[in-house]
Formats: sequence, C-alpha cells, structure tokens
Amino acid sequence: MGNHIDSLIQEEMRQEIASAVSRSRRKKVMKVVTELKEKSPLKQKLQRAVLFTGLLIGAISMAAPFLWMISTSLADPGQVFAEHRSWWQEWLPTTFVWQNYVKVWSVVPFAQFYLNSIFVSLCITFGQVSTSAMAAYAFARLSFPGRDKIFFGYLATMMIPGAVTMIPVFILLRHFGWIDTYKALILPGIFSAYGTFMLRQFFLTLPKELEDAAKIDGCSYVRIFWHIILPLSKPALATLTTFTFMGAWMNLMWPLIVVNTHTKYTLPVGLAYFQGVHGTDWTLLMAASMMMILPILIVFLFNQRFFVEGIKLAGIKG
Amino acid sequence: MAVLLVQNYDAVRVQRWLSTAPQFPKRGHKVNMKNGLRDKTKEMIAAYGFLMPNLLGFLLFTSIPVIASLWLSFVKWDLLSDGPQFAGLANFVELLKDPFFGKYCWNTLCLMAAIPISMAGSLLLAIALNQKLKGTVIFRAVYFLPTICSGVAIFMLWRLIYNPNFGILNSMIAQFGDMLGLRLVGPNWLTDEAWAKPAFIIMSVWQSIGGYNMILYLAALQGVPRDLYDAAEVDGANSWQKFWNVTWPQISPTTFFIATMSLIGGFQAGFDQAYVMTGGGPNGSTTTIIYYIFNNAFEWYRMGYAAAISWVLFLIIFSITVVKWRFFGKIVHYT
Repeated sequence: MGNHIDSLIQEEMRQEIASAVSRSRRKKVMKVVTELKEKSPLKQKLQRAVLFTGLLIGAISMAAPFLWMISTSLADPGQVFAEHRSWWQEWLPTTFVWQNYVKVWSVVPFAQFYLNSIFVSLCITFGQVSTSAMAAYAFARLSFPGRDKIFFGYLATMMIPGAVTMIPVFILLRHFGWIDTYKALILPGIFSAYGTFMLRQFFLTLPKELEDAAKIDGCSYVRIFWHIILPLSKPALATLTTFTFMGAWMNLMWPLIVVNTHTKYTLPVGLAYFQGVHGTDWTLLMAASMMMILPILIVFLFNQRFFVEGIKLAGIKG
Repeated sequence: MAVLLVQNYDAVRVQRWLSTAPQFPKRGHKVNMKNGLRDKTKEMIAAYGFLMPNLLGFLLFTSIPVIASLWLSFVKWDLLSDGPQFAGLANFVELLKDPFFGKYCWNTLCLMAAIPISMAGSLLLAIALNQKLKGTVIFRAVYFLPTICSGVAIFMLWRLIYNPNFGILNSMIAQFGDMLGLRLVGPNWLTDEAWAKPAFIIMSVWQSIGGYNMILYLAALQGVPRDLYDAAEVDGANSWQKFWNVTWPQISPTTFFIATMSLIGGFQAGFDQAYVMTGGGPNGSTTTIIYYIFNNAFEWYRMGYAAAISWVLFLIIFSITVVKWRFFGKIVHYT
C-alpha cells in the first residue's frame, strides 16, 4: 500500500520535473529564437544600411541610362562630339537645348508617326479587349455545342510562335490588296487567343449566383455581360488593356513587314527610319526616343498596380 | 467587392420576387420543357454571337495561317513568279546543309546566357526587396522601368551608350582607368565580332533583371510559410542554410516556370535589338533565328524556306513545352 502511494508520488514528481524541464527548455528555445531574430540592434541596423545602400546603387545603375538619355536629348549637338569634356558634363549639359524637342517634329514627319501609332495602338487595344472579353464570356459561362473543342483549338495555337503565322498572314493580306494600309496594321493584332484565355480564367472565378439571379429575372445575356461581368472584371480588363496597348505601341516587326510608305509608319518604324536618315543627330534621336517612351511611362506610373497584378495572374496560371 | 454586390443584388431580387410573386406562374410540364428547349437555343445563339468576332479573326489570322504555313514549308515561292512550286522536303534538306542556320541557332543560344544571369539577379533583388525596407515601392518602380520602356527607343539609347567615340560606357571605362592611373580603352562594342554578343547580353540583363521575373519571385517569397523559417531557426540554421533548405525548394516552381518561359521567349527573341543596333552584324554575329526568318521571308522573298525555319523553331519551343509538362511535378517541390 505504502509502496503504491510512494510510486504514485514518485510518478507525480517525475511528471512535475519533466514538465519543468520541458518548460525551461521551451523557454530556452524561445530565447534562442528571439535572440536569433532580433540579433543585436546595432548589427541589425548595420545590415539594413548595407542592404539599403546596395539597393540604392542598383537603382542608380538601372536609372543611369535613362538619365543620360535625358541629358543627351537636351545637349547641344556640337557639345556631344566635343573631345574634352569633364565627366559631369556628360551627365549634365552646360546649356539646355530645348530646341531639340521642337526640331524633331520638323526634321521628320514625327507628328504623323505619332498619330499613326496612337491610332493603331488604340484600335488594336479596343478591338482586342472587346472581342476577347466577349469570347471569354461565351467560353466561361455559356454552353454551346463544340465549346470545349474550339477552346482547345485556342489553347493549342498559343504554343505556336508568331513567326509561323506571320508569313501566311502577310501573303493573305497581300492577296486582299491590304498591304500598306491601316487595316493590315490593325486587324491581325486584334484577335488574340491569349487575351481570351486570360479573361476566361478570370471570369471563371466570378461568383455565379449573381448571373443566375439576373437570369431568373429575365436579364438578356447581353445585359448580364454588360452590367455584371464587365464591371466585376475591371482589374483583369485593365491589365489586358495595359499589356495590349504597350505591345502594340512597341511593335516593330509587323509594321515593318506590312507598311512601305512613310505616311503610314508607326513610331518604332519611324524612329528606325529616322536613324537611317539622320544617323548622326544623336541629340535629336534621343529627344525622339524620349517622346516615344513618354506615353508608356505615363501609363506605367498610373497603372503600376495592374502590371504587378497582371504578372502574378499570368504567373500563377502558367 | 463581389460579395457585397451579390448581397445587394439578392436584396433587390427578393424584393422584386415579393412584389411580383404572381408573375411566377406554375406552368404545365410540357410548356416548361418547350421553354427549356427555347432557352437552350437562345443560349446557343447568344454564345455564338459573343464568340463570332473573335472566332472569325482567329480562323482568318491564326488557324488557317498555321495550316497554310505548314503547306508553305513544302513549296518554293518567291511571290513574284507564276506560283508556288511543290518541292517536297527540299526546304528542310537545305536547312540541314545551311551553315548560316547553324550559326544563327548558336547566336540565339549564346544570347540566352542573359537568362541565368538575370534570373539570379532577379532572385537577389526580390530577396532584398522582401526585407520590408523603407522605399521598397520606389525601388521596385525604378527596377521595373527598363522592362516597361523596352523597344526601339531603348535600343537606340543603348546603341549610343555603346558608341566607342562618344558613348557613355567607354568614357566611363576611360575615367575609371584614369582613376587607377591606367589607360583603359573600351572595345568597339557593336562593331567588334567578339564584343557584340556580350554587349547584347549586358543590355538584356539590364532590361529583364527587375522586371516580370523579379515580381514573380517576390510573390513566391511572400508565399513561403513563416513557420518553416521559425523551425529552421530553432534548429540553428544560418541565413545561407535557411535559403538553401527552405527558400530555394519552396520557390522552385517559380524558378522552373520562369526558366521555361524565358527559354521559350529566348528562342523567339532578338529581332528588334539586332535590327536597330547592328542590323544583324558584325558578320552575322547578332542575327538570331527570328531575324533569319524575317530576312528570308521579307528581304529575299523565300517564303517556303522561311516557313520551314519557322516550323523548326516551333519544334524547339514545343519540345521545351513538353519537357515543362512532363517534369513540372517531378523536379520541383510542391507542398
């Protein structure tokens, strides 16, 4: 009997000790963790300072070409070629020649290139976003015979590089007699399997209850699309709009292929042509280049969020 | 926001139900069936209506051209003579013997040396930007700038930067030499066959280091569970061990995704910069596959040959895609 109580007491003590040990061990572990996490404040501060300096140096070297571009675009043409300039003169012109920016417009039909680019990019963007959104709605929400087969066709062609279709499309447009027209610049850029795919994936994530309710109320599909789907998809639409516009604005190869006359050149082709004609007017070239990236910069600054979100969307889906 | 809308809409709907309850008549079974059929037809018509503009464009500018391109690769056609002449496999046989094609494939591969460099840089940047420092948003925007502004304007800028006489790069190299008391002379970047490729690689690293890849890495880093690091800290892991044993396996899907996408992009890249900066030279050292396709089709009007090259390019890209599908689940770590 006594033995039994003894053993009970012993057991209790053992447990007590064990829990004390584990408590102290846990405490010790936590101490180690917090120590590790917080380190010494000085060391941590130093580390952050080093990191910040590194990032700053990186950022400066990333921005340096742009800064030099601005400075060159404002420099006196004679000064660019001057042999003996001190290092800071290469980064900061002694006199700012704003005239460069004016001169560009008269040396080449720059206004024409600009208008062409704006017109073509806007048409492609509007066309692509609207047709993609409509098709994506059909793929995501409506049932019709052959839906999955057609969608598989879209998916399959997304793997095919643009170089494959480029040649037959050129021959086709030539057959239509559309070479050297705005139609040739715009139409092939409008239809995109990628845009349809991206929007379809986004539409699939929207809650279905809303549309069902609208349907019961006798809403037509057009109204559902216009009043429910589109307003809910603003982020995805903005992303697609931004990327499409940028792609169209920057595109060099396609305009180069289908357009021959100067009056129909878009900015990239016009700029390349400018380089061929006024190859040594570096200050003018830089001024023209600055004006070409300006709209993109503005779009980027105001839509930065959409870039980040769009990239994540594309990345996760892939 | 979506949830809020649903709730609002439900309230409206319920209200309407209440006020218009008699307008939901109980119809007979037969009528309902007919109604259902009519609804199905209505839905189908609506669906084709929505799909039609895109589908027509897709057929006209994508699917038919794909088939036409396959056919083109078996003919010889300069657009001017009477018409395409069937040539069997002649284009592909010629391609095998074409020394330029091999050279340009090699160029494309060499220029892809920028991919691992910029990927490593992107990861480093993402880790640094993930430390919750002040000004992260501004840093991210600045690093992203070169990606945003790619295109002819930027290639023009780099052409000037690389100019041996008054480009800023050689001038900086010379100044650096002065500081050390040496006479350093920078190379003729874009006109020297040995330096043209490195020049392109430097430029594309600058362009892509802070771009899409960095943002994908940043998102991946933020998705690594915190407690894995805590556990590693308890085990006494140092920063390097934590990176190598926790971060790296956790972000491996992202790494694999970026690598395959960059490879696919890399094989199709190189036209714009070469066209603007070097015209494919010096001595063809910056001509890539896509540039060769362009030249064949639109400079020399060898449509069939160009189509054949484009199909070889497709095969390369397709095999990468297949590898991606096959191994995506095997060599990368999923939780």
